[in-house]
Amino acid sequence: MWDYTATVKDHFLNPRNVGEIKDADAVGEVGSLACGDALKLYLKLDEKKEKVIDAKFQTFGCASAIASSSALTELVKGKTLDEALAISNHDIAEFLGGLPEEKMHCSVMGQEALEVAIMKYRGEDIPDHDAEHDKGHAYPEYEGKLVCKCFGITDTFLKRVIAENGLTTTEQVTNFTKAGGACGGCLPEIQKLIDEVLEKGKVEQKKPKLSNLKKMQMVQEVLERDIRPMLRADGGDLELIDIDGDLVQIAFRKACAGCASSGNTARFVEMKLRELVYEGLQVQEVQA
Amino acid sequence: MKEIYLDNNATTKVDEAVFEEMRPYFCELYGNPSSMHYFGGQVQNKVTEARKQVAQLLGASSGEIIFTACGTESDNTAIRSALEVLPERRHIITSRVEHPAVLTQCRNLAAKGYRVTEIGVDDAGNLNMDEYKQAIDEDTAIVSLMWANNETGVIFPVEEAAVLAKAKGALFHTDAVQAVGKIPINMAESVIDMLALSGHKLHAPKGIGALYLRKGTPFKPLLVGGHQEKSRRAGTENAAAIIAMGKACQLANDFMELENTQVKLKRDRLEKELLAAIPHARINGGGAQRLPNTVSIAFEFVEGEAILLLLSELGICASSGSACTSGSLEPSHVLRAMGVPFTCAHGSIRFSLSRYTTDAEIDLVIKELPPIVARLREMSPFGREFLK
Repeated sequence: MWDYTATVKDHFLNPRNVGEIKDADAVGEVGSLACGDALKLYLKLDEKKEKVIDAKFQTFGCASAIASSSALTELVKGKTLDEALAISNHDIAEFLGGLPEEKMHCSVMGQEALEVAIMKYRGEDIPDHDAEHDKGHAYPEYEGKLVCKCFGITDTFLKRVIAENGLTTTEQVTNFTKAGGACGGCLPEIQKLIDEVLEKGKVEQKKPKLSNLKKMQMVQEVLERDIRPMLRADGGDLELIDIDGDLVQIAFRKACAGCASSGNTARFVEMKLRELVYEGLQVQEVQA
Repeated sequence: MKEIYLDNNATTKVDEAVFEEMRPYFCELYGNPSSMHYFGGQVQNKVTEARKQVAQLLGASSGEIIFTACGTESDNTAIRSALEVLPERRHIITSRVEHPAVLTQCRNLAAKGYRVTEIGVDDAGNLNMDEYKQAIDEDTAIVSLMWANNETGVIFPVEEAAVLAKAKGALFHTDAVQAVGKIPINMAESVIDMLALSGHKLHAPKGIGALYLRKGTPFKPLLVGGHQEKSRRAGTENAAAIIAMGKACQLANDFMELENTQVKLKRDRLEKELLAAIPHARINGGGAQRLPNTVSIAFEFVEGEAILLLLSELGICASSGSACTSGSLEPSHVLRAMGVPFTCAHGSIRFSLSRYTTDAEIDLVIKELPPIVARLREMSPFGREFLK
């Protein structure tokens, strides 16, 4: 049995704001029967069309899907549209006193429905929900390459959830998005997306901390530790000539000097330095 | 809150008489059945009696019963043993709707290089016999088909399937965990080589199972060590549980007729009344021959976990083939193999009765379930056009 909090149980057994708003200003729909859960969210705005004055939902899904929908409607009431857009799946889970990790996808579904509703209201271009479902897309606002064909999840959507929730394993991604939870065929691809997001996060973290001195030290370290030993193994070598801002100047020695493919080697050095030090670095080969 | 327990395919209540039978074998008669002294010897006698009782329920002889720790161990042992005694054969046949105790084992073996064929079922859950006949060949070492399905109760023609397997020289195993005690089984008139059963599905405690092994069938044990179970399953006997299982099998024999009359009547009534009260519902496997105690019913446009939890609030314990209850995200492999439409695969509920189930309990479910389904449908964005 799931370890649901008292608040989850309460919002499942006594869901708030169930139903339709006939003259709703904004409607957002995500999920499908085939996926096992779906949410249709209705928002009513005040006369100035600034604040949400009423919210209702219809949900097909398990207890935590119903509770997450109920929580979402409670959270969104009284908020301006911009405030509403800032509601994250974490806010929904937190409102409920937490969700089992396997059920986090229910809170993600809530956040998505809200976003779809507001984007549609603002006239942003959102593909038609039903038509997208016929194509197997669970989250119509996220175009991109379909990664999980079972649940219709695209790479753009996955990357966003991975980044926002700091996910590091495929299991977590499945818990948060359902992707990979059926046939499992896309798990390797999900792993790649995680790596991509993590790598990007690392680089972004490093950038602001890097002083010029630190940058020089790190460039030297990488050259000594990762690059020169490799070149020497092939009878070549290189020398660091200068570092001017983001421009790293190197000169090739021994077998590398005058080697026809030294241009490729320079590109390789640049790739390595960008990966291990800082993305903005450029490598220039100089004769010295 | 008094529980209304309709989840007997998951596990059963230990019969009070069974508990009384095993009780002395913890603190008083705690000897090791293998010991030479009288104190162990009296336990040995009782274990022998239990073995006879199990054999009797199956129409087998005592020597054909090996006690194990659970149904899963029995299944694993049977399949592994067959592959070891027929090393030149590299093919395994099973079905797509087996319990994980068999299916996971077979899929792991497939990863190790064995050829595994999973036979499909039709929309009623019946085994595709043509596919099966085509699949058996001289390379087949073992056929493992369940006697009755845990989710739908659908019964497979295992006797007929066993005859076909034997004709090609393969060994035949059946996971009969759900069938034993619910429908008559007579191994004396069967050609099945191995059969797995479990104690806790027939009112014995958890942690005890048995493997029927036909006399003369070549065998390699899974657990090796001491000489227990005639060296076919090493490890000190779980004497108290074995004794309990013996008693439980004796009772199952006594109650067999009741299971197929009174229990079945209650199940049939539950099924009929729910179908009458709830539109857009269907019985999974309704067109097949089924166990007398099981009904799997699918409701369109609602999700199973929500139904189960609302039932649970009323003390009603059932189970679901839906994804959300298990932590997996897909509806059950059994329902998918049957091609149950997605509109209702997520909303399937299983009720499994026992001889303890009362008419009053059935009445309560008939009264409480329709408003629960109606309430969830009211909440659902789907199905409005059909339901009104």
